[in-house]
Amino acid sequence: MMLGKVIGTLTACVVYQGMEGLPLLLVQPLDKEQKQSGSPFVAADPTRMAGRDELIYYESSREAALLCDPWFVPVDHAIIGIVDDVNLY
Amino acid sequence: MILGKVCGTIHSTINHEFYNNKRLLILDRLTPEGVPTGHYLIAIDSVSAGAGETVLVLDEGNGARQIVGDSMAPLRSIIVGIVDDINVQ
Repeated sequence: MMLGKVIGTLTACVVYQGMEGLPLLLVQPLDKEQKQSGSPFVAADPTRMAGRDELIYYESSREAALLCDPWFVPVDHAIIGIVDDVNLY
Repeated sequence: MILGKVCGTIHSTINHEFYNNKRLLILDRLTPEGVPTGHYLIAIDSVSAGAGETVLVLDEGNGARQIVGDSMAPLRSIIVGIVDDINVQ
């Protein structure tokens, strides 16, 4: 799991079966101080709640597909949730 | 498994239901000598690790699912131990 920021949305009418209605968002990966680190990617948003410029945390690989419903979908990045507060010691 | 150092926490209310009231810790990845590598990750805490402690992190989905005992858990990184001593020959 890592931090990311939603920088845009993406609409795809023709998608693989099972991914219909699954929101797709453009996410900019961040480091722990919330500075940009790495190139943006497209992530599925099973929470259906992440909006623009929101701080989220995401998961990749098989766990990203497990976050979605139905889970057997070709998704490799998915948003787990929206971060309310980051507290660095 | 990888070595990490607890350097922060994350609070989130809107998330996948598996992550409800789970403790999410931000970890700095460490070299065997205990030096931060500059990369970080977020992991679920299962051993109530405290701030600044060196911890052992399992960063593989199948093992993490066995720990929480849920074959559909969308979980990949979980803290499985608190390190007392590292001895590098």
